[in-house]
Amino acid sequence: MRNIFIWTVIAAILFALPNLLSFSQQEVLVFLTINILVVASYRLLTLTGEWSLGHVVIMGVGAYASAMLTKSSGLYVPLGIVMGGVVAGLTALALSYPLFRMKGFYFLIGSFAAGEIIRLLWKRFREPFGGTKGIKGIDPMPDFSVGFYDFDFFEPTSYFYFSAIVVAICLWILWRIEKSPIGLTFQAVHWQDKLAQASGVNLRAYRTLAFVIASGFAGIAGALLAHYIGTINPNSFDVEVMVFVLTWAIVGGTSTFYGPILGCVVLTILNEVVLRELGLEQTRPLIYGLILILSILFMPNGLESIVQKFTRQKERRSLRPEEAK
Amino acid sequence: MTSLLEVKDLTMRFGGLTAVDTLNFKVEKGTIHGLIGPNGAGKTTTFNMISGFYTPSAGEVLLRGENIAGLPMHEVARRGVVRTFQHSTLFAELTVLENALVGTHMPFRPNLFAAIFGWDKDARNGAEARAREALTFFGLADVGHEHAGDLSHGHQRALGMAVAYASHPDIVLLDEPFTGMNPEETKHMMGLMKQLCSDGITILLVEHDMQAIMGLCDNITCMSFGKFLAEGGPAEIRNHPAVIEAYLGGARHVA
Ligand SMILES: Nc1ncnc2c1ncn2[C@@H]1O[C@H](COP(=O)(O)OP(=O)(O)OP(=O)(O)O)[C@@H](O)[C@H]1O
Ligand SMILES: [Mg+2]
Repeated sequence: MRNIFIWTVIAAILFALPNLLSFSQQEVLVFLTINILVVASYRLLTLTGEWSLGHVVIMGVGAYASAMLTKSSGLYVPLGIVMGGVVAGLTALALSYPLFRMKGFYFLIGSFAAGEIIRLLWKRFREPFGGTKGIKGIDPMPDFSVGFYDFDFFEPTSYFYFSAIVVAICLWILWRIEKSPIGLTFQAVHWQDKLAQASGVNLRAYRTLAFVIASGFAGIAGALLAHYIGTINPNSFDVEVMVFVLTWAIVGGTSTFYGPILGCVVLTILNEVVLRELGLEQTRPLIYGLILILSILFMPNGLESIVQKFTRQKERRSLRPEEAK
Repeated sequence: MTSLLEVKDLTMRFGGLTAVDTLNFKVEKGTIHGLIGPNGAGKTTTFNMISGFYTPSAGEVLLRGENIAGLPMHEVARRGVVRTFQHSTLFAELTVLENALVGTHMPFRPNLFAAIFGWDKDARNGAEARAREALTFFGLADVGHEHAGDLSHGHQRALGMAVAYASHPDIVLLDEPFTGMNPEETKHMMGLMKQLCSDGITILLVEHDMQAIMGLCDNITCMSFGKFLAEGGPAEIRNHPAVIEAYLGGARHVA
């Protein structure tokens, strides 16, 4: 009952939120919503202990796939977005064969190389990927009405509502997976792969599963992005964006579900409110690098550790009366 | 009749070193079989080959007559051979209950779609019941919510066995389960092992605690420097000149 109430309040706030923002802030809100799905899906992969540098490129695979499918075959955009996720997941499945011969640091480097190869293919082949110029004039989301609300996708507000619903569904699925025996097995693979395997866990299969699921949701995020901005090119998914994703995840912390999301939200707000106001937009990579180093040095457990401190204190306080009995 | 487990001419070479050299022994179903030998004799290496952690350089591992040598560890486990590790190898960051739940992976195989939509309530309840049963059996029911890394050494060894037990094994390979336990804990654990055995679980045991080995085992294989040395019941092994020589010789080596 209490949960339903909390979620209703959150939904109401999210519904009202765009009306309090300027046009450009509304656009940022759409990007933030999409980026939340990018970091949250990234966390699923990190559950198995593997860190990829190819996540953003895989997101791009989803973007390209959905853009191309809707353009060439006139596929309905929402279906194109789903297909973006499917193609990204299948790409990850294919990549898993070479990549999961490696672990840890080697996987990290391997995933980076694989991502760069995909980007090279986009650049090299003007047919069908559009070369360095990428794909322009991607079909926008077609307008529709649900009775009480008319989705007009010329407005960022409408696209925000649409993407928020898609992202919420994806987050729910990611959350269900993490809290399930599958999620526990991912963690087992991370912390003691030998013991997990001795318990009958097929390590390779579970690493691949996490990689494919994470990539599938990254692909959906990429497709959401493509149909919003209308044009994508290989540089939309370069390593600079990957560094942002890593920074959100590390600054937020990856030991909880909400950690990376928190990092993404806080740094985006910081970026918009502070950097843009000060006219320091251009130095964003530099400042992100600095934040990354400082947070590793002074906040190794991420922003989530600060939240946990407060919630634990509250728990302890609420426990005390019982102890007194 | 075929034995439950048999190793045939099992050999493991690391570069120039032959850690296990044409080793042969059989483990009969429903028995507790000891594998002993001085430090560095090759006991853990033998376990690693049986459990699929290493691929033997030569020789066979026959499980109910089927050669399982070289299969990946999870495939060996799925055939009913589950091992523990010499050093407390646990999921230290997870709770005790979660550790045991990982142990139920084989009897209650997770399913992605069922997990997302919540259609796996029965499996989850079954897994939890099995995990709690394993913890209760090994006296860990009260510490289920603690992190495995925070347990005492003796409790950690017990949890390692509980994780293995939770998976319904046919045969467990226990590598020095009594290290870090005080005499009382050891005695208690010996009782539990006898109970496991009478429940039909076959045990292959590596242990340096001779009292425990002699008190538990139906059959003992002794090896030294990778080679088979002697085999027999506790009384035979205790008085076997080659065994005494190996242990004393080992001691002289150390001195
Ligand atoms: N991975 C490896 N690479 C190289 N040599 C190894 C490896 N594993 C074991 N050895 C060597 O093989 C020999 C047997 O080691 P093993 O660990 O099997 O002995 P053990 O009987 O289990 O000894 P302990 O009673 O001390 O546990 C030792 O000389 C050891 O140094
Ligand atoms: Mg050993």
